[in-house]
Amino acid sequence: MGGLEKKKYERGSATNYITRNRARKKLQLSLPDFRRLCILKGIYPHEPKHKKKVNKGSTAARTFYLLKDIKFLLHEPIVNKFREYKVFVRKLRKAYGKSEWSTVDRLKDNKPSYKLDHIVKERYPTFVDALRDLDDALSMCFLFSTFPRTGKCHVQTIQLCRRLAVEFLNYIIASRSLRKVFLSIKGIYYQAEVLGQPVTWITPYTFAHDHPTDVDYRVMATFTEFYTTLLGFVNFRLYHSLNLLYPPKIDGQADVELKPAEGKEYAMDSESYLEKLSALSASLARVVAPTHEDEVEMDEFPVEGETAEQMDARKKEQEALEKHKKLFEGLRFFLNREVPREPLAFIIRCFGGQVSWDKSLCIGATYDVSDPSITHQIVDRPRVEQQVVGRYYLQPQWVFDSVNAKLCLPVVDYFPGVLLPPHLSPFVTEQEGDYVPPEKLKLLAMQRGENPDEESEEEEEEEEEEEDENDKEEEEEEEDESEKEEEMKLKKMEEQKTQSNKALPVKVTAGKLRLEDKQRLEQEQQSEEKRLAIMMMKKREKYLYKKIMFGKKRKVREANKLAAKRKAHDTAVKEEKKKSKKARRA
Amino acid sequence: SFFTTSPRHPGVHLLETVSPALTPLPSAPLQDIRNTVGNIPMEWYQDFPHIGYNLEGKKIYKPIRNKDELDMFLEKMENPDYWRTVQDKMTGADIKLTDEQVDLVHRLQKGQFGDVHFNPYEPAVDFFTHEVMIHPVTNRPADKRSFIPSLIEKEKVSKLVHAIKMGWIKPRKPKDDTPTYYDLWAHEDPNSILGRHKMHVPAPKMKLPGHEESYNPPPEYLLSEEEKLAWEQQEPAERKLNFVPQQYRCLRAVPAYSRFIHERFERCLDLYLCPRQRKMRVNVDPEDLIPKLPKPRDLQPFPTTQALVYRGHTSLVRCLSISPSGQWLVSGSDDCTVRFWEVCTARCMKTLPVGGVVKSVAWNPNPTICLVAICVDQSVLLVNPCLGDKLLYGATDQLLESYVAPEEERVQPVQWVTATMEEHSKGVRLVVQHSKAVKQVTWHGKGDYFASVVSDNSNMQVLIHQTSKRWSQNPFRKSKGLVQCVLFHPIRPYFFVATQRYVRVYNLLKQELTKKLMTNCKWVSSMAIHPGGDNIICGSYDSKLAWFDLDLSTRPYQLLRHHKKALRSVAFHKHYPLFASGSDDGTVIVCHGMVYNDLLQNPLLVPVKVLKGHAMTLDLGVLDVLFHPTQPWVFSSGADGTIRLYT
Repeated sequence: MGGLEKKKYERGSATNYITRNRARKKLQLSLPDFRRLCILKGIYPHEPKHKKKVNKGSTAARTFYLLKDIKFLLHEPIVNKFREYKVFVRKLRKAYGKSEWSTVDRLKDNKPSYKLDHIVKERYPTFVDALRDLDDALSMCFLFSTFPRTGKCHVQTIQLCRRLAVEFLNYIIASRSLRKVFLSIKGIYYQAEVLGQPVTWITPYTFAHDHPTDVDYRVMATFTEFYTTLLGFVNFRLYHSLNLLYPPKIDGQADVELKPAEGKEYAMDSESYLEKLSALSASLARVVAPTHEDEVEMDEFPVEGETAEQMDARKKEQEALEKHKKLFEGLRFFLNREVPREPLAFIIRCFGGQVSWDKSLCIGATYDVSDPSITHQIVDRPRVEQQVVGRYYLQPQWVFDSVNAKLCLPVVDYFPGVLLPPHLSPFVTEQEGDYVPPEKLKLLAMQRGENPDEESEEEEEEEEEEEDENDKEEEEEEEDESEKEEEMKLKKMEEQKTQSNKALPVKVTAGKLRLEDKQRLEQEQQSEEKRLAIMMMKKREKYLYKKIMFGKKRKVREANKLAAKRKAHDTAVKEEKKKSKKARRA
Repeated sequence: SFFTTSPRHPGVHLLETVSPALTPLPSAPLQDIRNTVGNIPMEWYQDFPHIGYNLEGKKIYKPIRNKDELDMFLEKMENPDYWRTVQDKMTGADIKLTDEQVDLVHRLQKGQFGDVHFNPYEPAVDFFTHEVMIHPVTNRPADKRSFIPSLIEKEKVSKLVHAIKMGWIKPRKPKDDTPTYYDLWAHEDPNSILGRHKMHVPAPKMKLPGHEESYNPPPEYLLSEEEKLAWEQQEPAERKLNFVPQQYRCLRAVPAYSRFIHERFERCLDLYLCPRQRKMRVNVDPEDLIPKLPKPRDLQPFPTTQALVYRGHTSLVRCLSISPSGQWLVSGSDDCTVRFWEVCTARCMKTLPVGGVVKSVAWNPNPTICLVAICVDQSVLLVNPCLGDKLLYGATDQLLESYVAPEEERVQPVQWVTATMEEHSKGVRLVVQHSKAVKQVTWHGKGDYFASVVSDNSNMQVLIHQTSKRWSQNPFRKSKGLVQCVLFHPIRPYFFVATQRYVRVYNLLKQELTKKLMTNCKWVSSMAIHPGGDNIICGSYDSKLAWFDLDLSTRPYQLLRHHKKALRSVAFHKHYPLFASGSDDGTVIVCHGMVYNDLLQNPLLVPVKVLKGHAMTLDLGVLDVLFHPTQPWVFSSGADGTIRLYT
């Protein structure tokens, strides 16, 4: 056989990957610059399939980038901007050192800057791609918009984040695309369906941040730099898809309505503009004034291969969605000052409700507490002093639970000072075999149109009564039993005495008929067959099988554990109730 | 003492040879002894008698120094001027410093000026004063150029003015920082991948929160005290939840989440630092993985239940054998006895004390001969159990007695001894005495030859004996490793020898190696051959059972890992397609092993029954398994001293 000897690691996967350090040297960048570039361009390390082959035989821990990725970075114009910036910093430092202030001014004026527009287009070739990746961008912008205006990062960034976040919220309101909300201990989760894509984001509760020291804010700032650019373009496109003006303008009509309320004492127009917008109480101006006849009924095209049932289901789903969107239509809410205004105003407006708050709380209040047309007042205090007749006083969880349940829940459980029912996550869809909390079962029944609430309550009461009766009976029975037991004991003693007199070691006892449970036998046989078949499995398949079965068993175990815990809790609560009842009786 | 240790101090003016302060003292001879060597390291003259040259170019000899340590010490003690005596390096002569010189040295040491009269703090006199004087310092008239406009500047300004007029220079525009947005995706091209490649792995989305993250979760999701403790003791990376579920009565009571920024930051780190890889999720129904085998019910008959227990032995029962008729069972044990049992009644017919641990027993497979070979220590006993048909065992005795010793004695590796009278009454007929302990004995199908395995390292490990001629031979010239067991082919003249890892197949007629089977096991313990003669099973101590198809390959057709512990013995049934394996885990597994006559069809192996019964003693379970020659019954002997029959 002729030919040259093939050398190792000169073809195949070894040539497709490059280590981080080599990549850095190839790009001639410092490590921070390389990181920034990777963040902005969305380059991430890859885990090769055969690490040892890629690592040229060594097993040392290294991070690998795809060589193609790095080559792709080579042509990036931003790399040059990084270098220019480095030079700029050097010049500036020199000028400061020499106290040449005019040079400093000149340099500062010509500070090199870059734009990320092309990177956004590059990373997300289509708009849908961008929407799919919007979760992190939104969460980050909402976080940055809550940062204090001092320290940590540039004020402009924070302001920009706030602006973009508010614009996005206004879009969600205008398009009514919010679907799910969740009050978690970490913050508030929202899920919206934007052009068919689910977009989830989380906002922290409005408290001052306790800034951690072990967090690199430069990394976060770099991410935010990209995310703001992305979100800006996305907002622009979203606003235009709804024929709204961008940058958003408050509808003229609403603007006029707002004016007298706020007067001139508040702030300059330019300053209060963003705040008015962030009040989320006014609708936005459109490019073309909307006419209600505009909403064309969509023609329905039957999809091929779809049965009538499927079509029906689809239609029903569509109707349910429309109904969900108009959940709070016609309701007028008033927010007390102790409830978080922004999330609640956002949610209520998203489902068509009208909302207002105290004038002194925030700009953009549209009506007063005393307005008789208010239907719901959201309150988060143990008791309300002066209640107005004709409106419900409710805790904020009612709004969240109603949105998740897709219907206005009965208000009884949510009155102020009442022990609230558990708040469930709308993001969990239980599969078969998973544990389903009883509250969820109740909710599902309610959605189906049944009313399990009354039944269960009645049942509970009945049960309680029965139990009471049982208790009495039991006590009586116990007494009876004790008497019987004594009798039995006496009898036994007598028997023993007689037996000891006879003292025969061998005894013939009557045989018992052993009933064979056919079903059980069959089951046993089947399980044995299965066990034998498992013995014949190949090694690899056996491993996989065991792994799958282990996972399944763990799942069942966890579900059982939760169920047992719930049961224990319920019984404890019931007993306590009984005790208190008895105490009351006594 | 200071000066003797640092005699370089006076040598500050070495270049001018000798300073005026150090001029030779008046007592010294008046001749000029100035050295002309210059500023050089004086060590260069160390090995010479002279120390340099004077002005005339004559050598300056070193002064004679023959003082030893003691002299030096005495001088130090006695000479009052010793402390001010230094050695001139240039001449080698001792110089006694004057008082002035000593003063100078003291002053220099203190950091003062050498000159006593120098005053460093003289009052300063300024040349220029702040007081205006009536006369100028210089009286030169001002230049003309200091009061006419500069031409060069005018030129420069006019250039700038011209540039502004022409619109070349524009005033700086204030920079607008606010970003501008436009429709970026106006002309989107869904097919463009723009530099990205097909290896792109989009980042996975964050996990959505479950019920336990709620501010008011259902009570079962809250952690109990123990769970909370366990959660705290876990490593942060190992925790299933990165927070402790909490319950608050109302929304007003919910505090800020302290790790919010951390979590966002960790997400950022994950996005740009975490290596990504596409992983294919295995989405199979586990039931599909189980092989579809014929139901054991359809493969009957096979032993299913324990029928009889043969009790009597007091120690491990190592070996079993059954008469060809299936009526009698023989077992050998560590309690130094061999017992004969009736199979159907579990009755011990006979006990034969042999005076040693019984390693192996083998009943002669020829139905016309009633003879049992028993391995005890270094000998193989041939015993006539005298059970069953009297004619039969009488004929056996006759056959043995009809032996006529050959005329010329041949050299044999073993000794054939006829039993003594006492032994004869017990049933022992012949004793084949080996040189080493015997491990195993096995009969050839015809019942005349038998082979024994000796635990030895030499080529004498395997011996083949002929009963009728009382003649033994050693078939192998070379040892090929430690022999575990041997076996005769039931039909053809083949001989199987299992060493630790291989099974060698020898042709006895041609006297050559025909095959070498790789068992893929660490240590073969036992071996059995299918009555058809084409399939072999090997049990091994690493709990594997290898099935060989001799026509197919020298590697196992299938490697079964049914047992959890080492296999001790394996057995085939003579008529039924069954084989069994006994293991240290105390179980006997009976498998259906169908061999088809059609060469193209592979054997079908199905485990049909796991038989349990033997108690574990000394970490040993089943030591031997054996099938009944005609019925689908299996015997097993265990370390608990019992033999069990499963039917």
